[in-house]
Amino acid sequence: MMYAVLCYNNEEMVCGWTKGQDDAVMAALSKVHDKWEKASKLKPAVRLLPTSAATTLHKQKDLVIDGPYAETKEALLGFYIIDVEHLEEGLAFARDLSQANPGGAYELRPIHLYYPGSPIDGVYEADREYAGDKVSAK
Amino acid sequence: MTDAAWIETALTTSRPRAVAALLRYFRDLDVAEEAYQEACLRALSNWTVNGPPRDPTSWLIMVGRNTALDSVRKRSKQAPMLDEEHLSDLEDAETPMAERLDDSQYRDDVLRLMFICCHPDLPATQQIALALRIVSGLTVRQIARAFLVGEAAMEQRITRAKAKVAVAGVAFEAPGPTERAERLAAVMQMVYLVFNEGYSAGPKDEARADLADEAIRLGRLLLRMFQTEPEAMGLLALMLLQHSRQPARFDASGEAVLLEDQDRSLWRDKLIQEGLALIDKAMRHKRTGVYLVQAAIAALHGRAKRFEDTDWAGIDALYATLEHLQSSPVVTLNRAVAVAKTKGPQAALDMIEPLGERLSGYFHFHGARGRLLLMLDRRREARVVFDRAISLANTAAEAAHIRMHIDRLIAESETGKRT
Repeated sequence: MMYAVLCYNNEEMVCGWTKGQDDAVMAALSKVHDKWEKASKLKPAVRLLPTSAATTLHKQKDLVIDGPYAETKEALLGFYIIDVEHLEEGLAFARDLSQANPGGAYELRPIHLYYPGSPIDGVYEADREYAGDKVSAK
Repeated sequence: MTDAAWIETALTTSRPRAVAALLRYFRDLDVAEEAYQEACLRALSNWTVNGPPRDPTSWLIMVGRNTALDSVRKRSKQAPMLDEEHLSDLEDAETPMAERLDDSQYRDDVLRLMFICCHPDLPATQQIALALRIVSGLTVRQIARAFLVGEAAMEQRITRAKAKVAVAGVAFEAPGPTERAERLAAVMQMVYLVFNEGYSAGPKDEARADLADEAIRLGRLLLRMFQTEPEAMGLLALMLLQHSRQPARFDASGEAVLLEDQDRSLWRDKLIQEGLALIDKAMRHKRTGVYLVQAAIAALHGRAKRFEDTDWAGIDALYATLEHLQSSPVVTLNRAVAVAKTKGPQAALDMIEPLGERLSGYFHFHGARGRLLLMLDRRREARVVFDRAISLANTAAEAAHIRMHIDRLIAESETGKRT
C-alpha cells in the first residue's frame, strides 16, 4: 500500500529553530530516511518552505491570495511518499520520524494515484545544503 | 513527557504574542512582563508533567493573566486566590480562547508591543536593545554581550529607555488604517536595524551575529501578521538573502571576504530559495518599496552562480529606483559600485565625488573611493584615501580589509623602488 505521510507541525516553532537545531533534526531524520530507503520503502519526500512563502489560487473566481489555503496552528510543512506492506508498517515509519522530530502530527493518507512526473533539477535535492555545510565545517 | 528544548523553543516563539496580549489586558509593560515570566515558570513545571499544550501561546496568555489578576486580588484581599486546581483546568478554556486570539486583534497587539520600542526619541541602539529585551525576551546579559558593554550599563540603558516610552504612552485602542501603516513602517525599520546589527558583526562575535537570526524571526512574525503586505515580504526576503551569504563572508582567519571572492557553494540555498519566492509574490502587487527593491538587488547577487554572472545593469537600474524612492548618498554610493562594472571606474568616481562632503565620516565611502582610484591606477591618492578609511573602520574586519589594500600598495611601491 502506498501512503502519503503528511507532516504537520507548529510552523512558528519550526521556523524559530536555530540553524543548529534544524541541522540536528535533519541529521536525526536522515538516519530514518536511510533506513527506510535501504528497504526500498521510502519514495520521494518533500520539505516545504514556510506558509508565508505560499500563494493560493481560489479556482472559482480566479482569485490569487497571499498565504496558504488553510490557516492553521499546525501547518503542512512537508510530506513523504512511502510504499509499505500495511498501515502498521506505515505507522512504524511515522513513529521512527517522530522519535527524530517530536511535536505536531503525521497524517497517513492512502494514495489513490501515483504519477512520478519528471525528475527534479539537482538544485532542490534535499541534502545539498547539509552536504555544503559538512564541507565547510572541515 | 516534554523535552526541555521543546519547551524553550515554545516559550521563545510564544513570547511576542503572549506579552503583547498581556500588555493589552494590563496596559502596563512591567505587569505584562511579570505575568509572562510567572506563566513561563508554571509552564516549566506543568508541561513537563502534563505534556505540551496544543497551543502554547494561548496557554501562556491564560495563565499569565490569571496569575497576575490573582496577585492583584491577593494584594487587595478582595477575593480568595485561585488554586492550582483551577490552573490545571485551563486546557478546556484553551480552544475558544485560541480562536478568539486568531483574530486581527493579535496583529494589533504584537504591532503595538513592537511599536513601543520604536519611540522616535530613542536612538537606534536603544530601540534595538529595548526590542530585544521586550519583544524577543533576550536577557540583559545576552544583550550586553551583543553590544559589548557591561551588564550593569545595559541594564541602566534599558531601564532608561523603558521609562521614556512609559511616559510617552501608546494608544491601546485598535489603530486606524493610517496609524497601523505608520506603525508597521516604524517597526520594519527597527527590525532591519536589529538585522544590520547582527549582519555587521565579525565572525567571532557570535552573540551579536545571533541578532540576525532574531531579526529574521521578527520579520517572519510581521509577515505572518501582514500576509498581503509586499514590503513585509520584501523585508523578510532582504534579510534572508543577505543572511544566506553568512557562511562565506569570513575566511578561516576571520577576515571579511568580498562578495566577488566568496565561495558561492557555501551560500545557504534554502534561504535564497525562500527569499526569491517572497520577491516573486511581492512583485505581483506591483508596488515598489525600499525593502523590496533592496531585496531584488540582493536577489540578483543570489541568482548569480559566479561573480562574473552578476547582472550589474539590473543592479544599477534597481539602485536608480531606490534613489528615486529614498534618495540618500549611501544609495548613490552603492549604485556607483554597479556603475563601475557597467560604465567603468571613472564614471563611478564622477558619481561619488559630489558625495564627499556628506559622507566624509563614512567608512565605506572612503573604502569604495580608494578602490576606484586604485582601478584608475591613481595609487598615491588611493593610499591617502585608504588611510582615512582605516581610521573610520567600525569593526576589526573592516579595518583588516583596508589594511590588505594598503599593505599591497606598500609592497608594490617597494618592489617598484627595487627595480
